[in-house]
This record gives sequence, structure tokens and C-alpha cells, in this order.
Amino acid sequence: MTDKLKVGIIGSGRLGTALTRLLLGAGYEVRIANSRGPESLELLLSVLLPGAIATTIDEAVSRSDVIILALPAGSYRTLDEGLFAGKIVVDAMNYWAPTEGVITEFADPAISTSSVVQQYLSGAKVVKTLNHVAYNELEEHSLPAGDSSRRAVFVASDDSEAKRRVCVIVDAIGFDSVDMGMLSDGVKFQPDTPLFNTRLGIDDVKSTVSIGSSDKPQASLL
Amino acid sequence: MELGVYSFGDVQRKNGKLGPTSQAITNLLEAIQLADKVGLDYFGVGEHHTEYFPASSPATILAAAAATTKQITLSSAVSVLSTDDPVRIYQQFSTANIISGGRVEVIAGRGSSTESFPLFGYDLKDYDGLYAEKLDLLLKINKLDKNERITWEGLHRAPLQDAIVVPQSESPLPIWLATGGNPESSIRAAALGLPIAYAVIGGRISRFAPLVDLYHAAGKQYGTPAEKQRIAIASPGYIAADAQDAKDTFWKAWGWTMAELGKVRGFAAPDRAHFDAESNRDGALFAGSPEEIADRIIELHKRIGHARHFFQMDVGQLPHDKFLQSIELLGTQVAPRVKKALKK
Repeated sequence: MTDKLKVGIIGSGRLGTALTRLLLGAGYEVRIANSRGPESLELLLSVLLPGAIATTIDEAVSRSDVIILALPAGSYRTLDEGLFAGKIVVDAMNYWAPTEGVITEFADPAISTSSVVQQYLSGAKVVKTLNHVAYNELEEHSLPAGDSSRRAVFVASDDSEAKRRVCVIVDAIGFDSVDMGMLSDGVKFQPDTPLFNTRLGIDDVKSTVSIGSSDKPQASLL
Repeated sequence: MELGVYSFGDVQRKNGKLGPTSQAITNLLEAIQLADKVGLDYFGVGEHHTEYFPASSPATILAAAAATTKQITLSSAVSVLSTDDPVRIYQQFSTANIISGGRVEVIAGRGSSTESFPLFGYDLKDYDGLYAEKLDLLLKINKLDKNERITWEGLHRAPLQDAIVVPQSESPLPIWLATGGNPESSIRAAALGLPIAYAVIGGRISRFAPLVDLYHAAGKQYGTPAEKQRIAIASPGYIAADAQDAKDTFWKAWGWTMAELGKVRGFAAPDRAHFDAESNRDGALFAGSPEEIADRIIELHKRIGHARHFFQMDVGQLPHDKFLQSIELLGTQVAPRVKKALKK
């Protein structure tokens, strides 16, 4: 598995642990970190995630090729942006005003929350994906490549190479990736959109797209 | 194995529109009294503050139920502790507990629905801090010896100086933690030596098995005696004599509720295929015939060893008579099967 990217997960809640399990299952080397430090993760790792490496946020970032943010969206501001220069960062977060309260910079529905994160982590290559599938469904709906019931996962980024590499991960953990375009196109699969949390396969996406409006997403399988 | 029901107080539909919230409260009390009569072990009332879930004051309903029921355990499911005052919660639940002769419990939750935050003037930014601090105070009050006074200081509430909190119950109230599956909550409950209630409202129920393992492992690490580690499962459920009828009826009620919730939380409404997938075998939705539901409870018990399972039946304007029939079937048909199968 030496050719596989190393993945760091920031956040050890429901999403972070679900993604860690999936990535371990797909053979990735996974580091997981939270704001409380690696000691807080010992028990959780030994019982729920054997094989993952508990570490600090600094180390999870510096020693990984791809970092997945699995935090409450507003917590992006607690990250040290300098650490992320040159890294591929997967933003799997969603902004939920009813649970987090109003966060001003996320309030405009015309701006992708991932664009806000990209602006903050200015040296990183931010990819928006995995945000629109419920955490439990990531594990419950994961299927091998070629399975006709496989679910589609949307991917958007301004960096096409980062996007391509993240699509490989999406495929490895059991989903078909759909290129949704630039990071700003992330607004198409955020909360309050028809695509959010809807169970679609690649073919559904293509048919959905064909009846869409002029700003329809590009449904191309990478 | 204890079986029961929980409810947020479901507002009925009248002439195509939501009916009065007052009716939902009288319906709820009637349901609790029936649950007691058919021998169910548990009824939980979940604090909500919406036009379709108006059970905003569980302790008040439970006090009324305490005086008019004989044997059933009465609990909040949950109390939104973060936006309430632990002193007041203890006073109210202890009062109801005394009236009931020691049948009242509290589930202390953080609130998955957050409408109580603006209602009571709390800031969602304090979500974690509020809960940790208020839980600490509630547990301290609950542990006080007879006539013992408390001195306490925190960030989110006025300090207590040599205060007395009355009326005191004969013995401490059973206080449970509730969780929707965040691993940290299982560790927290185990570390505090508290029983835990898992709310499994969607997806596969088996995903909670590893969390139960985590709860037990954490209990061991923190030296919590095994008998203090009790597990409850709360899930949507509805029982009718005919399995297909149960599924058709509950789909309407549950589907409506999820569509409403989706509008608030920003996700698309689930479809019938989604519902059907989750109301079988390993799914979280327990809609079916008495035999089917009994079998599924027994099967789950084998996997996770839960001590209590309670069902939210009255959602999305489920007709009140159907709610009552479902309670009766749970008590008279499901419970005997489950208890017979699990008798040691």
C-alpha cells in the first residue's frame, strides 16, 4: 500500500470515526487528531478504530498527503492555516445554523462554505466532497467498484490534480465520484439543495443533470 | 428487558391543518396512563418546543402521570439540560418522583433540537460548555445527603452558597445520559458511572454495537462497577396487528416528520424505499406486527444486551387511536414474547 496517500482526519466525532474506519478498510495509513490531544483518543482507537494512529493536529497535517476536515464547520477558524500549505484538504463539513448558530461568513447561500475555508487555508488545495452523505450512510452504502447500486459522491475543487487524487479516495472507500466543477460549484450540494443527502447513483445524476438549468453540474465520471 | 414508549407530544391534524397543542398534552397523559395499565415498564417525555411537538415541560406532565399511574417508570426523554437550570430540574423531577413513590428518572441531553437555545436566551456557541457544567451541578445536587447544603460555582449560572435544594427524594434520581452516537458521549457516560440511552433514529442499528463496546471498555478503564452500566435504546416504532398496515401507517407519520425536519436541517425528504429499507431487520425503524417487533428486539438484545427499549410512535399526526392501539399491542403482545424469550 506504499503507493497510497496518507490521510489525516481532523475530528473524532461521528463523521471522523466513520471515515477513519472506511479508509483503514481501504488500506490507507490514517492519522486522526482532535482538539483535545491524542491521549483523549486512546480508548476510542483501541475499541473502534484499531490500526489508526492517534496524533496531534500538527502531526496529522504534516505527515499526511490528504487531510479531511470532519469538524463542526465553524471550527475551521481554530486551525493553524500555516500548517496546511501545499496540502490537499477535503472539506467534508456542513454549516448548520440551527445547531451551530449563525456564522456570518457562511450565511450567504450563494457562496460555497468550502470557498470560505479555502480563503482561510489559502496555501491548501481545498476539495469539497463527502459532505452530502449522512455519516452512517458512508459506511452503510459503501459498495465495491462496478456495483450497479453504488452511490454517487460529488467532488468540487479549483485544483484539478487535487480533485483527481481525492476521487481515487472516494472510489476506494466505496463510492462513484462525480466532478461538480470548481469549489464555488460546491453550493450545488450543500444543505438546502435537492442533491444534499439524496441517494443517487451515477445514472440518476446524469438524468437529473440533463433536465437541469443552464448552470447544471458537469456529470463526468473521473 | 424493559419496554416502553417515548413521545414529544404529537399535535393531531384537523381539517388538513395542525390542530391545537393543548389536545396533544391531554392525549399524551392518556397514553401514559394506558401504558401503565397494559403493564409497560417505561414512558419518556421528550422536551420540544415546536408547533407539532409541544411537550415543552416534561416534569409537569410526569407529575400528573405520577399521581394517576401505578407501576410505570416515568422519565424525561430527554430534558434539554443545557438550556435549563439543574436546580430547577432536580426540584421538579424530585417532586414528581416523590408523588410517584420513586418511579421518576431523568435523561439529561444536550439537545439535538436546538429551539430551546433562543427561547431561553442561550447561545449555541456555548453548546458544549453549558452541558458539561450543568450536568456537573445536577449530579452534585442529586448526590447530596439528607439536608446537606451545596456550594458551587460555574460560568453559566449564578453561584450557590450553602444552598439547600428541596424536596429531596428518598434516594438519588436515576440520571441517564443520551447520545445520538458521538463516541465521546459513550466515554463520558461510562466515566461518570451513568447509564446511557442511545437514540437510534435512522440507518442501521448495528452501528451502535461498537459504541456499546466502547461504553463497556471505558467503564472498565474508569473503574465503573458493571451493574452501573445500563444501556437503553430509543428508536422510532409503531405496532399494528398487520405488518403491512403498520408500515403503511407509520410511513405516512414518519415520512411527514422527516420532511419537516429536513426543511429545518437542509436535507431532502426521504422516500418510501428509504423507509422500507430501514424498517426491516437491522434498520432503526421498528414498524411492524407484534411478532416481528418482538423478534427484532430479541435479536438486538443478543447483540448489545440492552436493558430497556422504548419507541417513539406518535409522530407526524399519527391518529391518536392508532397510537393507543400500538401502545396496547406493545404491552399485551410484544412484551410477553420478549420477556419470555429473554428470561434467564
